[in-house]
Amino acid sequence: MARRENPEINAGSMADIAFLLLIFFLVTTTMDVDSGIPKKLAEKQPENQEKPLIKEKNIFQVSINRNNQLLVEDRFMELKDLKDAAKKFIDNGGGTGNPMPGKEVGTTCDYCKGERDPASSDHPNKAIISVESDRGTEYGTYVAVQNELLRAYTELRNRLSQEKYGMSYDELEKAFIDSARKDESLRKKVEDIKDSYPQIISDTDPTNVQ
Amino acid sequence: MSKFKKKKTGLPALSTASLPDIVFMLLFFFMVTTTMRETDLLIDSPRLPSANEVKKLERKSLVSTIYVGKAKDAKYGTGYNRIQLNDKIATPEDIPSFIYLERDNVSEAEVPFMTTSIKADRESSVGTLADIREKLRDVNALKLSLSVNKGSSIRK
Repeated sequence: MARRENPEINAGSMADIAFLLLIFFLVTTTMDVDSGIPKKLAEKQPENQEKPLIKEKNIFQVSINRNNQLLVEDRFMELKDLKDAAKKFIDNGGGTGNPMPGKEVGTTCDYCKGERDPASSDHPNKAIISVESDRGTEYGTYVAVQNELLRAYTELRNRLSQEKYGMSYDELEKAFIDSARKDESLRKKVEDIKDSYPQIISDTDPTNVQ
Repeated sequence: MSKFKKKKTGLPALSTASLPDIVFMLLFFFMVTTTMRETDLLIDSPRLPSANEVKKLERKSLVSTIYVGKAKDAKYGTGYNRIQLNDKIATPEDIPSFIYLERDNVSEAEVPFMTTSIKADRESSVGTLADIREKLRDVNALKLSLSVNKGSSIRK
Protein backbone atom coordinates (compact mmCIF):
# COMPACT_ATOMS: atom_id res chain seq x y z
CA MET A 1 0.00 0.00 0.00
CA ALA A 2 1.24 3.41 -0.87
CA ARG A 3 2.03 5.68 2.00
CA ARG A 4 -0.62 8.28 2.42
CA GLU A 5 0.64 11.78 2.12
CA ASN A 6 -0.60 14.37 4.56
CA PRO A 7 -3.26 16.25 2.72
CA GLU A 8 -2.24 19.80 2.10
CA ILE A 9 -4.22 22.39 3.98
CA ASN A 10 -5.98 24.70 1.64
CA ALA A 11 -4.74 28.17 2.47
CA GLY A 12 -6.71 29.86 -0.22
CA SER A 13 -9.05 31.57 2.20
CA MET A 14 -6.27 32.88 4.38
CA ALA A 15 -5.84 35.85 2.10
CA ASP A 16 -9.52 36.62 2.38
CA ILE A 17 -9.41 36.61 6.15
CA ALA A 18 -6.34 38.79 6.19
CA PHE A 19 -7.97 41.17 3.75
CA LEU A 20 -11.02 41.40 5.96
CA LEU A 21 -8.89 42.37 8.94
CA LEU A 22 -6.86 44.73 6.82
CA ILE A 23 -9.94 46.53 5.58
CA PHE A 24 -11.24 46.81 9.13
CA PHE A 25 -8.05 48.52 10.24
CA LEU A 26 -7.96 50.69 7.16
CA VAL A 27 -11.41 51.98 7.96
CA THR A 28 -11.02 52.57 11.68
CA THR A 29 -7.61 54.13 11.41
CA THR A 30 -6.96 57.83 11.73
CA MET A 31 -3.69 58.87 10.28
CA ASP A 32 -3.79 62.50 11.27
CA VAL A 33 -0.77 63.90 13.00
CA ASP A 34 -2.12 66.26 15.55
CA SER A 35 -0.53 69.61 15.30
CA GLY A 36 -1.58 72.92 16.67
CA ILE A 37 -0.63 76.37 17.78
CA PRO A 38 0.84 76.06 21.24
CA LYS A 39 -0.43 78.43 23.89
CA LYS A 40 0.39 78.84 27.49
CA LEU A 41 -2.27 80.27 29.75
CA ALA A 42 -1.37 82.65 32.50
CA GLU A 43 -1.88 81.37 35.99
CA LYS A 44 -4.90 82.55 37.82
CA GLN A 45 -4.10 85.71 39.69
CA PRO A 46 -5.45 86.51 43.13
CA GLU A 47 -8.30 89.00 43.08
CA ASN A 48 -6.43 91.87 44.64
CA GLN A 49 -3.32 91.44 42.52
CA GLU A 50 -1.99 94.77 41.41
CA LYS A 51 -1.55 95.07 37.71
CA PRO A 52 2.07 95.50 36.71
CA LEU A 53 2.83 98.88 35.25
CA ILE A 54 3.65 98.60 31.59
CA LYS A 55 4.48 101.54 29.45
CA GLU A 56 1.97 102.11 26.72
CA LYS A 57 4.71 102.14 24.10
CA ASN A 58 5.70 98.60 24.98
CA ILE A 59 2.27 97.26 24.15
CA PHE A 60 1.29 96.36 20.63
CA GLN A 61 -2.45 96.38 20.64
CA VAL A 62 -4.23 94.14 18.15
CA SER A 63 -8.01 94.17 18.23
CA ILE A 64 -10.31 92.03 16.14
CA ASN A 65 -13.92 93.06 15.91
CA ARG A 66 -16.92 90.86 15.33
CA ASN A 67 -16.75 91.49 11.61
CA ASN A 68 -13.26 89.98 11.66
CA GLN A 69 -11.56 93.29 10.94
CA LEU A 70 -8.25 94.16 12.47
CA LEU A 71 -7.45 97.29 14.40
CA VAL A 72 -3.74 97.51 15.09
CA GLU A 73 -2.45 100.37 17.23
CA ASP A 74 -5.70 102.25 16.50
CA ARG A 75 -5.46 101.87 12.76
CA PHE A 76 -7.23 99.51 10.41
CA MET A 77 -4.94 96.90 8.99
CA GLU A 78 -5.14 93.99 6.60
CA LEU A 79 -4.11 90.61 7.89
CA LYS A 80 -1.28 90.40 5.38
CA ASP A 81 0.39 93.52 6.83
CA LEU A 82 0.19 92.34 10.42
CA LYS A 83 3.36 90.27 10.40
CA ASP A 84 5.56 93.10 9.22
CA ALA A 85 4.01 95.56 11.63
CA ALA A 86 4.60 93.16 14.50
CA LYS A 87 8.17 92.58 13.41
CA LYS A 88 8.82 96.27 13.28
CA PHE A 89 7.42 96.69 16.77
CA ILE A 90 9.30 93.79 18.37
CA ASP A 91 12.57 94.60 16.69
CA ASN A 92 12.50 98.31 17.44
CA GLY A 93 14.95 98.33 20.34
CA GLY A 94 14.42 101.93 21.36
CA GLY A 95 15.66 101.68 24.94
CA THR A 96 16.92 99.35 27.62
CA GLY A 97 15.24 96.05 28.26
CA ASN A 98 14.65 93.85 31.24
CA PRO A 99 17.78 92.10 32.49
CA MET A 100 18.52 88.95 30.52
CA PRO A 101 18.51 85.75 32.59
CA GLY A 102 21.68 85.58 34.64
CA LYS A 103 22.43 89.27 34.22
CA GLU A 104 21.99 92.06 36.71
CA VAL A 105 21.07 95.00 34.56
CA GLY A 106 19.17 95.38 31.37
CA THR A 107 20.97 96.42 28.25
CA THR A 108 19.99 97.97 24.99
CA CYS A 109 19.14 95.56 22.23
CA ASP A 110 22.39 95.22 20.28
CA TYR A 111 21.02 92.67 17.82
CA CYS A 112 17.88 94.57 16.88
CA LYS A 113 17.75 96.04 13.42
CA GLY A 114 14.74 98.24 14.01
CA GLU A 115 14.43 101.98 13.75
CA ARG A 116 15.10 102.61 17.44
CA ASP A 117 12.06 104.81 17.56
CA PRO A 118 11.71 106.12 21.12
CA ALA A 119 7.94 105.96 20.77
CA SER A 120 7.92 102.22 20.10
CA SER A 121 9.05 99.23 22.13
CA ASP A 122 12.22 99.38 24.26
CA HIS A 123 13.45 95.85 23.88
CA PRO A 124 12.13 92.54 22.54
CA ASN A 125 11.87 91.20 26.06
CA LYS A 126 9.70 94.12 27.07
CA ALA A 127 7.55 94.14 23.97
CA ILE A 128 4.12 92.75 24.68
CA ILE A 129 1.62 91.90 22.01
CA SER A 130 -1.89 92.10 23.30
CA VAL A 131 -4.66 90.49 21.30
CA GLU A 132 -8.14 91.61 22.06
CA SER A 133 -11.10 90.07 20.37
CA ASP A 134 -14.82 90.26 20.48
CA ARG A 135 -16.88 87.32 21.68
CA GLY A 136 -18.37 87.14 18.23
CA THR A 137 -15.07 87.07 16.39
CA GLU A 138 -14.65 84.01 14.23
CA TYR A 139 -12.22 81.46 15.58
CA GLY A 140 -10.60 81.12 12.18
CA THR A 141 -9.64 84.78 12.13
CA TYR A 142 -8.34 84.57 15.66
CA VAL A 143 -6.10 81.66 14.76
CA ALA A 144 -4.90 83.43 11.61
CA VAL A 145 -3.89 86.45 13.70
CA GLN A 146 -2.06 84.28 16.22
CA ASN A 147 -0.30 82.58 13.35
CA GLU A 148 0.84 85.86 11.82
CA LEU A 149 2.21 87.03 15.17
CA LEU A 150 4.09 83.78 15.68
CA ARG A 151 5.48 84.10 12.18
CA ALA A 152 6.89 87.50 13.06
CA TYR A 153 8.73 85.96 15.99
CA THR A 154 9.94 83.02 13.94
CA GLU A 155 11.39 85.25 11.27
CA LEU A 156 13.21 87.36 13.83
CA ARG A 157 14.56 84.32 15.62
CA ASN A 158 15.67 82.74 12.38
CA ARG A 159 17.48 85.90 11.37
CA LEU A 160 19.32 86.25 14.65
CA SER A 161 20.22 82.59 14.75
CA GLN A 162 21.54 82.72 11.22
CA GLU A 163 23.78 85.63 12.11
CA LYS A 164 25.05 84.23 15.37
CA TYR A 165 25.32 80.53 14.69
CA GLY A 166 25.11 80.21 10.92
CA MET A 167 21.94 78.16 10.96
CA SER A 168 18.31 79.13 11.26
CA TYR A 169 16.47 78.74 14.53
CA ASP A 170 14.33 75.96 13.07
CA GLU A 171 17.43 73.97 12.18
CA LEU A 172 18.98 74.73 15.55
CA GLU A 173 15.91 73.53 17.40
CA LYS A 174 15.68 70.43 15.25
CA ALA A 175 19.32 69.60 15.89
CA PHE A 176 18.69 70.00 19.60
CA ILE A 177 15.67 67.72 19.55
CA ASP A 178 17.56 65.19 17.44
CA SER A 179 20.24 65.09 20.12
CA ALA A 180 17.46 63.92 22.45
CA ARG A 181 17.58 67.29 24.21
CA LYS A 182 20.93 66.41 25.72
CA ASP A 183 23.47 68.47 23.84
CA GLU A 184 24.36 71.24 26.26
CA SER A 185 25.96 73.60 23.76
CA LEU A 186 22.91 73.36 21.55
CA ARG A 187 20.65 73.91 24.53
CA LYS A 188 22.54 77.12 25.33
CA LYS A 189 22.16 78.33 21.77
CA VAL A 190 18.45 77.55 21.63
CA GLU A 191 17.79 79.26 24.94
CA ASP A 192 19.88 82.23 23.93
CA ILE A 193 17.77 82.80 20.83
CA LYS A 194 14.58 82.17 22.76
CA ASP A 195 15.53 84.71 25.41
CA SER A 196 16.55 87.23 22.79
CA TYR A 197 13.11 87.19 21.25
CA PRO A 198 10.71 85.84 23.86
CA GLN A 199 7.20 85.33 22.61
CA ILE A 200 5.00 87.51 24.75
CA ILE A 201 1.51 87.35 23.34
CA SER A 202 -1.28 87.96 25.77
CA ASP A 203 -4.97 87.45 25.24
CA THR A 204 -7.21 89.91 26.95
CA ASP A 205 -10.68 88.79 27.85
CA PRO A 206 -12.98 89.32 24.93
CA THR A 207 -15.28 92.26 24.87
CA ASN A 208 -18.93 91.93 24.15
CA VAL A 209 -19.98 94.86 22.07
CA GLN A 210 -23.51 94.67 20.83
CA MET B 1 0.15 8.39 -30.84
CA SER B 2 3.39 8.83 -29.10
CA LYS B 3 4.34 6.97 -26.05
CA PHE B 4 4.69 10.06 -23.98
CA LYS B 5 1.65 12.15 -24.05
CA LYS B 6 2.53 15.75 -24.54
CA LYS B 7 1.72 17.76 -21.49
CA LYS B 8 -1.05 20.17 -22.01
CA THR B 9 0.48 23.46 -22.79
CA GLY B 10 -1.02 26.51 -21.12
CA LEU B 11 -0.22 28.92 -18.36
CA PRO B 12 0.72 27.28 -15.12
CA ALA B 13 -1.49 28.33 -12.25
CA LEU B 14 -0.21 31.48 -10.66
CA SER B 15 0.91 30.83 -7.16
CA THR B 16 -0.92 33.02 -4.75
CA ALA B 17 0.72 31.52 -1.72
CA SER B 18 2.59 34.68 -0.90
CA LEU B 19 -0.51 36.84 -1.10
CA PRO B 20 -1.51 36.24 2.51
CA ASP B 21 2.00 37.18 3.57
CA ILE B 22 1.82 40.48 1.79
CA VAL B 23 -1.59 41.23 3.16
CA PHE B 24 -0.49 40.28 6.65
CA MET B 25 2.44 42.63 6.33
CA LEU B 26 0.12 45.48 5.46
CA LEU B 27 -2.20 44.42 8.23
CA PHE B 28 0.52 44.51 10.83
CA PHE B 29 1.60 47.90 9.59
CA PHE B 30 -1.87 49.27 10.11
CA MET B 31 -2.31 47.53 13.43
CA VAL B 32 0.85 49.11 14.74
CA THR B 33 0.35 52.62 13.41
CA THR B 34 -3.32 52.80 14.17
CA THR B 35 -4.93 54.87 16.81
CA MET B 36 -8.54 54.03 17.29
CA ARG B 37 -11.05 56.80 17.21
CA GLU B 38 -11.65 57.30 20.87
CA THR B 39 -14.86 59.20 20.84
CA ASP B 40 -17.82 59.29 18.59
CA LEU B 41 -18.16 62.80 17.38
CA LEU B 42 -21.49 64.28 18.29
CA ILE B 43 -20.62 67.41 16.41
CA ASP B 44 -19.87 67.77 12.76
CA SER B 45 -16.23 67.06 12.22
CA PRO B 46 -14.71 70.49 12.81
CA ARG B 47 -13.22 72.25 9.84
CA LEU B 48 -10.01 73.33 11.45
CA PRO B 49 -8.44 76.65 10.57
CA SER B 50 -5.12 76.44 8.80
CA ALA B 51 -1.82 77.83 10.00
CA ASN B 52 1.83 77.14 9.44
CA GLU B 53 3.44 78.01 12.76
CA VAL B 54 2.52 74.74 14.35
CA LYS B 55 4.03 72.34 16.82
CA LYS B 56 3.36 68.66 16.74
CA LEU B 57 1.53 67.27 19.71
CA GLU B 58 3.75 64.73 21.32
CA ARG B 59 2.82 62.07 23.80
CA LYS B 60 -0.75 61.42 22.83
CA SER B 61 -1.60 59.89 26.18
CA LEU B 62 -1.16 63.26 27.82
CA VAL B 63 -3.49 65.05 25.47
CA SER B 64 -7.12 65.63 26.24
CA THR B 65 -9.25 66.92 23.46
CA ILE B 66 -12.12 69.36 23.53
CA TYR B 67 -14.19 69.60 20.39
CA VAL B 68 -16.09 72.72 19.47
CA GLY B 69 -18.43 72.87 16.56
CA LYS B 70 -21.93 72.39 15.26
CA ALA B 71 -23.95 69.64 16.89
CA LYS B 72 -25.14 66.87 14.61
CA ASP B 73 -28.34 66.59 16.52
CA ALA B 74 -30.54 69.64 16.10
CA LYS B 75 -31.85 69.38 19.65
CA TYR B 76 -28.63 70.96 20.89
CA GLY B 77 -29.18 74.01 18.72
CA THR B 78 -27.73 74.93 15.38
CA GLY B 79 -24.88 77.24 16.34
CA TYR B 80 -21.24 76.45 15.83
CA ASN B 81 -20.43 76.76 19.50
CA ARG B 82 -21.31 73.41 21.00
CA ILE B 83 -18.65 71.85 23.17
CA GLN B 84 -18.08 68.13 23.23
CA LEU B 85 -16.26 66.47 26.09
CA ASN B 86 -15.81 62.72 25.93
CA ASP B 87 -19.07 61.36 24.62
CA LYS B 88 -21.50 64.11 25.29
CA ILE B 89 -22.29 67.68 24.50
CA ALA B 90 -21.36 69.75 27.50
CA THR B 91 -21.22 73.27 28.80
CA PRO B 92 -18.08 75.10 29.91
CA GLU B 93 -19.06 74.31 33.51
CA ASP B 94 -18.31 70.64 32.87
CA ILE B 95 -14.73 71.29 31.85
CA PRO B 96 -13.12 71.20 35.33
CA SER B 97 -14.52 67.75 36.08
CA PHE B 98 -13.43 66.60 32.63
CA ILE B 99 -9.89 67.74 33.33
CA TYR B 100 -9.87 66.06 36.73
CA LEU B 101 -11.02 62.81 35.16
CA GLU B 102 -8.25 63.05 32.58
CA ARG B 103 -5.74 63.68 35.32
CA ASP B 104 -6.72 60.48 37.06
CA ASN B 105 -5.41 58.55 34.09
CA VAL B 106 -1.84 59.75 34.33
CA SER B 107 0.72 59.66 37.06
CA GLU B 108 1.11 62.69 39.24
CA ALA B 109 4.53 63.56 37.89
CA GLU B 110 3.16 63.92 34.41
CA VAL B 111 0.26 66.21 35.22
CA PRO B 112 2.21 69.40 34.41
CA PHE B 113 2.90 68.07 30.92
CA MET B 114 -0.72 67.47 30.11
CA THR B 115 -1.98 69.42 27.16
CA THR B 116 -5.49 70.31 26.23
CA SER B 117 -6.05 70.31 22.53
CA ILE B 118 -8.93 72.39 21.29
CA LYS B 119 -10.38 71.27 18.00
CA ALA B 120 -12.70 74.03 17.07
CA ASP B 121 -14.53 74.75 13.86
CA ARG B 122 -13.26 77.83 12.15
CA GLU B 123 -16.69 79.36 12.27
CA SER B 124 -17.07 79.01 16.01
CA SER B 125 -16.56 82.15 18.02
CA VAL B 126 -13.79 83.39 20.24
CA GLY B 127 -16.29 83.77 23.09
CA THR B 128 -16.54 80.01 23.45
CA LEU B 129 -12.78 79.72 23.41
CA ALA B 130 -12.56 82.37 26.10
CA ASP B 131 -15.04 80.48 28.28
CA ILE B 132 -13.03 77.29 27.89
CA ARG B 133 -9.81 79.13 28.62
CA GLU B 134 -11.21 80.59 31.79
CA LYS B 135 -12.35 77.21 33.08
CA LEU B 136 -9.00 75.64 32.22
CA ARG B 137 -7.25 78.37 34.11
CA ASP B 138 -9.43 77.66 37.13
CA VAL B 139 -8.15 74.08 37.30
CA ASN B 140 -4.59 75.01 36.38
CA ALA B 141 -4.55 73.20 33.05
CA LEU B 142 -2.35 75.76 31.43
CA LYS B 143 -0.93 74.04 28.40
CA LEU B 144 -3.12 74.54 25.43
CA SER B 145 -2.91 73.67 21.80
CA LEU B 146 -5.21 75.15 19.21
CA SER B 147 -5.51 72.39 16.70
CA VAL B 148 -5.09 73.46 13.10
CA ASN B 149 -4.49 72.03 9.69
CA LYS B 150 -0.97 72.57 8.61
CA GLY B 151 -1.12 74.71 5.54
CA SER B 152 -0.71 78.09 4.06
CA SER B 153 -0.85 80.94 6.47
CA ILE B 154 -2.98 83.70 5.07
CA ARG B 155 -6.34 82.07 4.65
CA LYS B 156 -8.65 81.90 7.48
